[in-house]
Order: sequence, then structure tokens, then C-alpha cells
Amino acid sequence: MATDLAPPATKAASKDKRPDRLPVRTALLRYRWLYLMLIPGLVYFALFKYLPMYGLTIAFQDFVPFLGYSGSPWVGFKHFENLFTGPDFGRLLFNTLFLALLTAVFVFPAPIIVALLLNELRIGVYKRFVQSLIYIPHFLSWTIVFSLTYLLFSVDFGLVAGWIHSLTGGGAKVDYLAQPEWFRPLVILQLLWKTSGWGTIIYLAALAGVDPNLYEAARMDGAGRRRQFWHVTLPAIRPTIVVMAILTSGNLLDQSFEQIWLLTNSLNRSVADVFDTFVYYVGVQQGGYSYATAVGLFKGVAGVILIFGCNWLAKRLGQRGLF
Amino acid sequence: MSTQTAETTAKASPVRHYSSLGSRVFDTLNVILLGGLALITVLPLFYVLAGSFATEGEISARPFFLWPENFVTSTYAFVFANDTLLRAMLTTIVVTAVGTVLQVTLTFTMAYPLAKRYLPGRTLMLNLVIFTLVFGGGIVPTYLVVRDLGLLDSYWALILPLAINPFYLIIVKSFFQELPQALEEAARIDGCNEIGVFFKIVLPLSKPIIATFSLFYAVAIWNDYMSPLLYINDNQKWTLQVLVRQLTSPDAANAIGSLDSVAFFPAEGLKFAVVVIATLPILCFYPFLQKHFSKGVLIGSVKE
Repeated sequence: MATDLAPPATKAASKDKRPDRLPVRTALLRYRWLYLMLIPGLVYFALFKYLPMYGLTIAFQDFVPFLGYSGSPWVGFKHFENLFTGPDFGRLLFNTLFLALLTAVFVFPAPIIVALLLNELRIGVYKRFVQSLIYIPHFLSWTIVFSLTYLLFSVDFGLVAGWIHSLTGGGAKVDYLAQPEWFRPLVILQLLWKTSGWGTIIYLAALAGVDPNLYEAARMDGAGRRRQFWHVTLPAIRPTIVVMAILTSGNLLDQSFEQIWLLTNSLNRSVADVFDTFVYYVGVQQGGYSYATAVGLFKGVAGVILIFGCNWLAKRLGQRGLF
Repeated sequence: MSTQTAETTAKASPVRHYSSLGSRVFDTLNVILLGGLALITVLPLFYVLAGSFATEGEISARPFFLWPENFVTSTYAFVFANDTLLRAMLTTIVVTAVGTVLQVTLTFTMAYPLAKRYLPGRTLMLNLVIFTLVFGGGIVPTYLVVRDLGLLDSYWALILPLAINPFYLIIVKSFFQELPQALEEAARIDGCNEIGVFFKIVLPLSKPIIATFSLFYAVAIWNDYMSPLLYINDNQKWTLQVLVRQLTSPDAANAIGSLDSVAFFPAEGLKFAVVVIATLPILCFYPFLQKHFSKGVLIGSVKE
């Protein structure tokens, strides 16, 4: 029994024999405890990850819950045709890409700038103090972020809204939370507040890895502070910036569902709807299961293509890919 | 983070003395700018805290304050006497505690066998896990599965669909692979089976990473708004996040109507108080969170 229980550590170490070639029954018996430990996890992935993937078939059906996955009538690409010829698709794509563009321009550089500024701070205690404070919003929920936005920008009692109102000399009050043209600025503002502090961590880690001798050498060569920044500090974080840029563009269809949904209301829906919130609204709230699933499937497939495309591009550019 | 920051400071700014005027001006501006940034970050939170201790009249009369004129606790007295609010707090605490234990248990038990390179079928299972990182069924099919399992309006719907984060699973698996194998083998030779090895040898060695991922999971459940939005309709089963949303939104009137009616109702103060209550536990654990999360970010980035 003892030989049976002990995994063949020697065999694994020698690597001369592919363990995958073991007869299934022998393997199951020999590693029964390990397989037993896998079962709960595998059940989870089967139920909550792979069963929903099977459920994507309803994008090609007119799904009726009563009839189920097998009983509902098949309709081929009807929902996709409706999506691409209807008015929704253009609006969803535009809203999503526009937000992605604004994020790339305003949100992406923010942590880089903050990290570079933090790196120039010479008082360690003050640096840690600032870090501790600007990391806080990362841990707060989007619900809290929305509530703060509401308490600051609401038309009735919003603090900042009131300040702007009196600074601009009165006039009609602006309802920032309802007016469509203020939706995107608020999204960007929230993202800046929530992510630009925490985002510095990865860049600060890269900056911490810079060999102090490089600065020393640069000084020897007569480089002042500014030239040390351009020729030592900035090159040191360039690979990190590239990797983060690839990661971000691979996920550019993924706005935070919670953030967008919380800011959406009946007045700004035309500019607010992105793929995920539209899927929830049409699918779960209105019961248009099949159409919403088709929209979700389109977004999922486009997302996979984007991720692999960005990875391929990264490798072409000579960067270490993500996988 | 404190140790890392100390290293950062020590490494990145090795006694650099600049005495030029431009350099000193920059340093001063930098200190002011970053201080301002820190202020912008925390001022909204202070304002909300102050508002939760202010009277209804002061909230509507004064544009801004960080310390209320009349310091009152009547808003909190109302909160802690209100069934809907208390139930939401209790629900959130229980769901977070049970969920975290379950998630950590499932993640670590599954990661251990996946870390064994000699296990037949391991590559296939790993690939199946990794695939879920880039593609999934999406909102509606997942919703239908949860509904078919009869989990709508059940607290389990807030836990089970998120039971294992595949990304965390892979990080924990990599951590197990790095553990020295000699101890495990010694235990096996002593007649321990794999489950014994896992509990007696591996888990005690993993305490720091268990702490890190417990915090990751706990914060995620505590802050989760999407799951209750999707799966919970019964307002008796609201979590704190849902309540915060219901009370601080342009259509808050509907939600307030559903709260048990009482003579004194702090409509304005309540908006501030619920935000404080939903934020406070996060801020209480903040020193641990900061330390463990920054470690987690760096583990993740290294493994990518």
C-alpha cells in the first residue's frame, strides 16, 4: 500500500517517461487523492464557466425558457443580422470605442506621471504618506465611487456642482448626472480618482529596479537632474509602459460594468450604453435572452481576437508577449 | 508596502544632492502637487464622514465642512435602529465571511494538484482554466445557469458563481510549484497521503499567500454590486452595496419609501452615513490591504 500511495517522485524527476502515457486506471488509482482534490474545482468550472459557454447556443435560437436549450427553435444568424443592421450596434461600438479612446488619452498616462513625480520625492516619509492616501480609492467599490460622485455633483445639493454654479456666476443649474454631455467626463473623472494612485505601483516597482550605478555613471558624465530623468529614469520604465499599453488595448472593449451601469439613467442612456450594460438591460431586465446573448457573444469573440492580436503585435515589436 | 517603499526610496534616489535653484523649485512644486493630489483623494471621504455627523439642516445650509457645527449621532442612531439597514449589514458581513472561506478553500485545493507536473491530464485542465481568462459565456448565459440552479434570490448566488477566480488560481498554482519539494517527499515517505501532505506541510508554508488571497476575495465580495444586481430581487436580501446605491441615487425616493417608516427620518444624513458604513470596514483593514495587495500586484505581474 505504501508504494501505491507514494507518487513516483523519482519518475517525475527523471522525466524519461511521459507520465501521460500511464493507463487511465493506473493513473486514477495512483493519484486518487490529487484527483479527489480537483473535483470541487472542476465542478465549479463546469457549472459556472463551461455550462454558460454551452448556453451561448441560444444566440442562434429564439430562446424560450419554458422550452429550454434543446426545445427552443433554431434561427441561425437572425439575431446577429438584427444586431449589425439595426441601430444598436453602431451606437454601442461608438460609445465603447470613444470611452476607450478617452481612457487611453487621459487615464492611462496618469499613474505614469504620478509615479515619476513620486520617484523624484526626496523625503521618504512624505512619499509613503502620499502613497498611502492615493491608494485608498482602489479598495472602494464602484457603488461608493458613484455615491461620492452623486454627493458632489447632484443638482440639488452637490458640493462641487454648487461651487461651479457660484463660480460661474449663477444661471441655470447643470444636472451633471443626467445630461448626456457630462456622462463621459464623469466616467473619466471617476477612473482618474479611483485608479491613478494604485496604478503607480507597477511603475514604482520598475523604477525601484533601476541600478543606482546608472545614475552614478550619468552624473560622472555630467548629466544633470533633467538629463538623468530623460536618459535613465524614463528608459527604465519604457518596457512596463509598453506591456501595460498592450494589456489595456487587449481589454479595450471591457469597460467596468458596475461603473457604467451606476452612472447610466434614462436621460443619458444614448451615450452611456456599452456592450455589457446593453446586454444586461436587454437580456436580464427585458428578457430578450437570445438577442442579448448574441450581442455578448460578438463582444466576447471580438475581445479574444483583440487580446491575441495585441499579443502578436507585442511580439512583433520585440516585446515579451503576455503568453 | 512599507518595506518595498523603503527599498524604492533607498535604491531609486541614492543620495542625490541638487542645489541648483531650478531643482529646488521643482522639488517644492512637486511636494505641493503630490500633497494636493493626496488631498483631492481623501477630501470627499472626509466630507462624507463629517456629513454623517451633521444635522439635516446643516447639510442643506452649508456648502462644505469638514467638522459639523452641531456634532450629532442621530443619523447613526436611526441606522442602528432600522431593520432594513441592520439586515443589509449583517447579510454583507456573513456573505463576505462565508464566501471568502469557501473561495480560498476551493482555490487552494484545486491549485495544489494542478501544481504537480507529473499528474496525468494536468495540462488539459490548466488549459481549460486559462481559456476562461480570455473567453466566457457572458452575462445572460451565466444568469440562466444561476436561475436554472434555483439560486435566484439566494445568498449562494453572491458566492458560488465567483467561487474561483481563475487568475488567482494560476498564481497560487505557480506559488505551490516554487515550494521546496523535499519536505513534501519526506512526509510521503513517512506514509502521508497527498491530502495529509497538503494540510500538514503545504498549507502551513502558505500562510502569507493565504492571507493575501483571503483579502483579495473578501474585498471583492464586500464590494460586489453586479451579483446582487443580477441575482437578488428581494429587498429583504439586499447587501450594503445595493442599499448604498438605492439611497444615493437620483431616484432614491423609491428606496426610502421601502424603509420602515419612523417619525424621525434623516433623509440627507442617511446618504452620508450609509457610504461611511460601507467604507469603514475597508478603511479599518486598510494597512493590511495595502501591504498584501501591492504584494499581489507584483506577484501577478511577475508571473505574466
